[in-house]
Formats: sequence, C-alpha cells, structure tokens
Amino acid sequence: MAQASVRNGVNNGVNVQALLDAREALRNAPAAAEFTWRASCKWKNGTHAQSTVRGFRGLGEEQSHKTEFSFETDHPEVFASEDHGATPVELVLVGLASCLTAGVAAVAQNRGIQLRSVEAKLEGKMNLYGILGIDSHVRNGYDDIKVTFHIDADASKKEIEALVAQSQKRSAVYDIVTNPTNVTVEVV
Amino acid sequence: MVLERGEVANSWRHERWDSLCLLTPNWQCRLPGFPYDGADPDGFMAMPELIDRISRFAAAIAAPVRTHTTVTSVRRSERGYRVLTDGGAIHCRSVVLASGAANVPRVPPLQAAVPGEVACFTPFDYRRPELLPQGGVLVVGASATGVQLADEIQRSGRPVILSVGEHVRLPRNYRGRDVLWWMEASGVWGQRYDEIDDLERARRLPSPQLVGTPQHSSLDLNVLRARGVEIVGRLGTIRDGQALFSGGLANHFALADLKMDRLLDTFDAWAQARLPREVQVGPPERFEPTRAPAAPRLSLDLRRGEIRSIVWATGFRADFRWLELPVFDVRGELNHDGGAVVGFAGLYVMGLPLLRRRKSTFILGAEDDAREVVRHLAHYLAQK
Repeated sequence: MAQASVRNGVNNGVNVQALLDAREALRNAPAAAEFTWRASCKWKNGTHAQSTVRGFRGLGEEQSHKTEFSFETDHPEVFASEDHGATPVELVLVGLASCLTAGVAAVAQNRGIQLRSVEAKLEGKMNLYGILGIDSHVRNGYDDIKVTFHIDADASKKEIEALVAQSQKRSAVYDIVTNPTNVTVEVV
Repeated sequence: MVLERGEVANSWRHERWDSLCLLTPNWQCRLPGFPYDGADPDGFMAMPELIDRISRFAAAIAAPVRTHTTVTSVRRSERGYRVLTDGGAIHCRSVVLASGAANVPRVPPLQAAVPGEVACFTPFDYRRPELLPQGGVLVVGASATGVQLADEIQRSGRPVILSVGEHVRLPRNYRGRDVLWWMEASGVWGQRYDEIDDLERARRLPSPQLVGTPQHSSLDLNVLRARGVEIVGRLGTIRDGQALFSGGLANHFALADLKMDRLLDTFDAWAQARLPREVQVGPPERFEPTRAPAAPRLSLDLRRGEIRSIVWATGFRADFRWLELPVFDVRGELNHDGGAVVGFAGLYVMGLPLLRRRKSTFILGAEDDAREVVRHLAHYLAQK
C-alpha cells in the first residue's frame, strides 16, 4: 500500500503529498503530463467480450500496471444473452462511481477530513427505443444519471457537500460523461 | 510621462456597452486623494460619470498625459527601455505597464465552428440589444458581463439561452449592506497575493454575478430563470452545427453556492469578532440555492433559426503584443511578482487580477498597489 501522508492524524490512505509534488513537477514539464490510456477488447461469443488493460503511456515513457486486469462484458438473459459479465453501460457507471469515490478520498485527505465510510449508489436511466432504433428522437445512451453518496466522516454536512462537489470538478470520468468527446473509430 | 493611445479613460469611453454601470457603489470609486464627491454615494455610476471622474482626477493631479500616442514596441536598451510610439521613440529607465487586463475579448476557438447564419458578438462590439438580429440569442458565459447582457437582451424581447460554466455567485446586499462593503470592511479585498494558497487559480476567477442598479437588486441565475432566461451547461463543443452543452450544470451551481456560503461565513465571523461598534448590520442570512433545471438541454441546433446570434461573454485578456521581451510564461501570462516583472529590473505592471491584493482590479484597489509598486520603482531608480 502506498505510504499515506497524514495531516492532523487524518489518514484516508491517499498520498496527497505525492500528488501535490507531482502537480508542481508537471507544471514545469508539460510534455510529461500527456498521458495515453489504453484498453484492448476481444470478442468471445454472442455479446460476450473480454477487455484487458495493462500498459499506458505517461511521464514521457511507457508505463505498466503491476498485472494485467481483465473485464468480462455481456448482456443479461432478458436480452437473450448468456450474462457472462456486466453490460458495458454498467461499466460506465462503475467508472463514474469509482472516479468520484477516489476523488472524495483524495480531496478529504487534502482538506484534513477523516473518512469512515463512503458509499455511492448510481442509477442511469435509458430508453431502449434508442438502441433498438424504434424512435430516432430517443438517444442511445443514458438520458439521466443519478449518483447518491452516503458519507460518514468527521465533517459538517456542508464540508461533505463541498468534498463531493470538488470531486466532480476534478473527475476525469465525470468530465467524459458530461461533456462531448471526439471519438475516432477505424478499421485496419 | 503617461502615454495614452486615445483620450483619458479611453477604454471606458469606447470599449463598453451602453447600459454598463460600475459594480462598485459610488463611495467605493475613490482614487488617491480623490474621494467620491457626488450626490449619490450608494448609487452605481454609468460610463459618462466615470469618464468625467477619471478626467477630473487627471486634471487635479496634473498628470503628464500624452494622449493619442500608441505604443508599438517596448524593448531593452542599454540604460533601460526603448519605447517606440507612433509619435517617436522614448528612452527611459523604468516602464509601468498600465494598459489593463481587459484589452481583448477572449473567445474560445470553437467560434470557428459557428454556422455562418448566426451572428457573433463580443462585449467589445455589443452596444445594446436593439443592434442584435431579432430572434433568439445564445449568451456564453455567466460572469458579471454574461448575466448583465443576458438580462437586458431577454428584456428586449429576444429569448436568451445562457450557457453557464464555473461562476461566482454573490448577492448584491448582505445583512443590509452592499456585498462589496463587506469585501472591503472584512479585509477579504485586502488579502495579499503572497498569502493566497492557489494564486494562479485566484487570478483566473471569473468576475462575480453582480450588476449596479438603482434597485440594488441581485442578478443571480434564479433571478434570470424567473425572467425567462433558459439556463444550459458549459458550451463543450459545436459539432455539425449543433452546440453541445455540459451535463455538469448542477455541480457548477453547487460549487458556486458553497463558495458563496463560505464567503458569507467569513463575513459573519469577522462581524462577530470585529464589527466596529458604530456600524449597524442586519442578522446573518442565507440565500436560496440555485435551482437546477430538471432536464437542462444538452444540445442546440444552431442552423434551425432558434438562435440568430451568439454573444461571447467568455472573458477578456490583456494584450501585450507590443512588449517585445521574454516575460511570458508557458500559458502566455506576464510573469511578475506583485507587479515587478520577473527578470527585468525597472519594468512594472499594474491593474492585473490580484496583482498584489484581491482588490487590485477595482478602482479603489489602485491606490495601495500604486504606492507599493512606486516605492519599489523609486528604490530602483535611486540605485547607481
């Protein structure tokens, strides 16, 4: 486990000092701040696919996770699929939830707030008329996502609200989900 | 010697929209040794009165202003600086850059993707609503400029959609006093650049959602919505003629409401500990949270005629293109330490956001900054 910086005895397991140091170092090294994240995906059968992540690029060179991580995706039986894993849209919720939750921990550490528990529940609303092509006015993706946090911490309600707001402000996945992103898909 | 490209108070004369009044109450519009002397200390002056005040100040101090003189370049010379103007060259040991922080409207590059049938305006070419095409108007940006223009354009009968990103919400009055009275009296405006945690961020803060009106009313997003302005998220991009807005609007509201409440907490704590006995204020108050639209629109087809014009209220920047010296950081910002330009002795700057204090860009903020910058400058000139 990474060594955690402790401020006023507060320890959420986040090494805030390392993050602050990195921020200072990268400020003067803009090229090192350019990261490329990667994922690979292999079709198995039907709607079942397996995705993996391992390498990424950053700090001016190739980097790697300690091990390869693997994710099964499929669709549930109500979609006439075999349900070998989460649906891709659920993985998007997972990405959003885990990014915001990690952000809450980091911001809390930086603000000297001890967390005891953080739980998030997510709901994404989607009308299947979109992906089934029944109504061209209905979008394919979520038309609304609701995140509900339950946070137990040594802080006032206002301070906890500010933690969650700051976490959204600095969250990559929140930005990806709420803002348009240019996507290029090629066949080679 | 003071060089002025036009007349005294030039940008106030030529680069502001017709209805603009200052955000600061008149009594706060003081210059060194030149307090407000008009009949309405709590009012908000319009441009003609401000131009008159600045001109009278220039006359009162017999400022050696050389008008209609445009600086075309500033370079290092053997004994100081060589300033080229359209009226000849000037050699000097010291230069103070006082051309301001708002010389050019900052318009995002995505303006290039706006369909040709939609007219674009900046606060520099916008004068009054009647000069906009009839029809809907998209105002981008919700700082002081954005909310003021959205309000007057909506009142002119042109339906306004206001795109809102990070913003600073303030009530016009708090506990019976103007909020800018609180900023000054509580010492928030006096906070120095060298005692602020994240100076870069503080210097980039948008201007607060305030307007100077005879009614002393607030102009926040709840008020604008009640007047019929449609609020949408930050403009993310324009793709195939579609403007796409962020779905993160609710968090921008939450951040601004929380930030406002923290500032009001600061005022309350100050008032409890240090309010002068002779000063009367009302009880602490808190304002209604910004109400988020249930389903803010995420896209807008700019080619369908709903919108005829866009007003880019997306901020301003300083224009130092004539400053031919390596004094800019990677982001193009002038690198200075409290007004002393780094690496160039004798070169100073005034009037940038949080130059030395939070009040640096307000009229009353010039006095303290000028005193300290001039002290540094005089010390420099006294050497050798």
